[in-house]
Order: sequence, then C-alpha cells, then structure tokens
Amino acid sequence: MNVAALVFLVLGAVFNIMGNLGVLIFPDVYTRLQASSTCSTTSVLSFFIGCMLIAGWGPMTGRLLVITIFFFITNPIAAHIIARFARQTGIVPWRQSFRKDPESGEQDG
Amino acid sequence: MVEVLLALMVVNSILALQIRDMLAAVLLLGAFSLLSCLVFFLMNAPDVALTEAAVGTGVGTVVLIWIVYKTERRDEA
Amino acid sequence: MLVYAMYFLVISILVSMARVVIGPTVADRMVGLNLVTAQTLALLVVISVSKERLILLDVALVYDIFGFVGILVMTRYFSGRRGEL
Repeated sequence: MNVAALVFLVLGAVFNIMGNLGVLIFPDVYTRLQASSTCSTTSVLSFFIGCMLIAGWGPMTGRLLVITIFFFITNPIAAHIIARFARQTGIVPWRQSFRKDPESGEQDG
Repeated sequence: MVEVLLALMVVNSILALQIRDMLAAVLLLGAFSLLSCLVFFLMNAPDVALTEAAVGTGVGTVVLIWIVYKTERRDEA
Repeated sequence: MLVYAMYFLVISILVSMARVVIGPTVADRMVGLNLVTAQTLALLVVISVSKERLILLDVALVYDIFGFVGILVMTRYFSGRRGEL
C-alpha cells in the first residue's frame, strides 16, 4: 500500500515537471495549452490516487473519489473552452517554417 | 511555505494594479484570491477558506468580468 | 512522504505562476491560471489527507466547482471580439 502510494506520487511529480517545462518553453498558446492540459490532468490524477491509497478505506476516500471524478470531467472541458476562446479572438497558430514573404524562398509542405 | 505564498500574493497584487489590460487584471485578481484561500487553508481556518473560495474566486470574478464587459476593456494612457 | 509532496507543489505553483505574470496575451494567462488552479487543488487535497481532517476536503470540492465556473464566465463574455488582443 505504501509503496504503491509512493509510486503514484513520484509519477505525479514527473508529469508535473514535464507540464511546467512545456508551459514555460513552448512558443504558442495552443502548444502551451496542450502541455498544460494533458500534464496537469495526469499529474493531479496521480496525486489523487496516491492520496486515496494513503487515506485507506473510509469516508475520506469517498470524497476524494467525488473530487477526482469532477476534476477529471471539468479540466479537459476548461482546456477546450480556452482553446475555443483563443481561436475566436484571432490568434494564429505557430509554424516553424513561417516566412514573411513567400516569393523569396521555396515553401515546404 | 506560507512566506512564499505571501510574497507571491504581493507580486500579484502589484501587477494587477499596474497592468493596462482589464481582463488580465481580473485574471491576476483571481490568482490572488486563489493564493489567499491557500494561505487561509494553511493557517487552520477551513471555514474562512471555504468562504474565500466561494466568494473571491466565484462571485467576485463573475461580477468583475461583468463590469469589464459593460465598460471599456483597455485603460487609456 | 506527503510533506515532500507539499513542498514540491508549492515550488511548482511558484514556477507556473511565471506564465500568468509574463504571458503576452490573455489566453496565455488563462492557460497559466488553469495550471495553477489544478496544482492548488492537488495541494489542498494533499494537506487535508496529511492532517486527516474530513472538513478540509469540502474546501477542495467548492474550490474546484467555482474555479470552473470562473473560467466558463470569463470565456463566455469575451469570445467573438476579434482583434482586440
């Protein structure tokens, strides 16, 4: 029980470091949103499962289960809503081979 | 742990006063209210933290967004 | 074990608040606020399991609901205003 909880907490910490790194160094809103949404959902879910394993069977586990299910539903919905907001306010997605004048060089597909 | 959160609250409040975009200021006030709820939670006051989470994060953000929607979004000069 | 998780989450909140502070557009700040909200929820749950008090989990549930409602209202009012960012 204790080793399984430690494994889940370490997994959550690893996902959390990946998510923070992605949010800090990615170049665009959409890529940052992808890193933030996937890594934060997975890491917080891992933390919740580790806390459930530590707390044992009881009334605390029921509330943790309710919070986990609600968070697992609402966080991807919030990420989708932010992506729709960024799309509707006119932010263009980032491309690596973006050229200012397309006549000067050949474009890659 | 509490000291780090209090320093972050000071940074957030100064930036929310200095920024020109009103929607960003509302976002920074939301982050300020979040950290305030966390500080209340760490000081063993769960009822105050519950009220702060309900009022500061929910109702306060909704009312401020409504005010910004009724007026101009950018502050001039 | 939970104490190290608490310190890790506080440092992680401190790092990911940088995107809220330096974000160029409002959508960037909103992404950072979503990340900070998720990590704060994890920190609340870890503290309440560490202290073994049942009343502290209600704060986490209420916080989760109202954070989602805040993001919902924030994007509902300002979507469709193209070119203001």
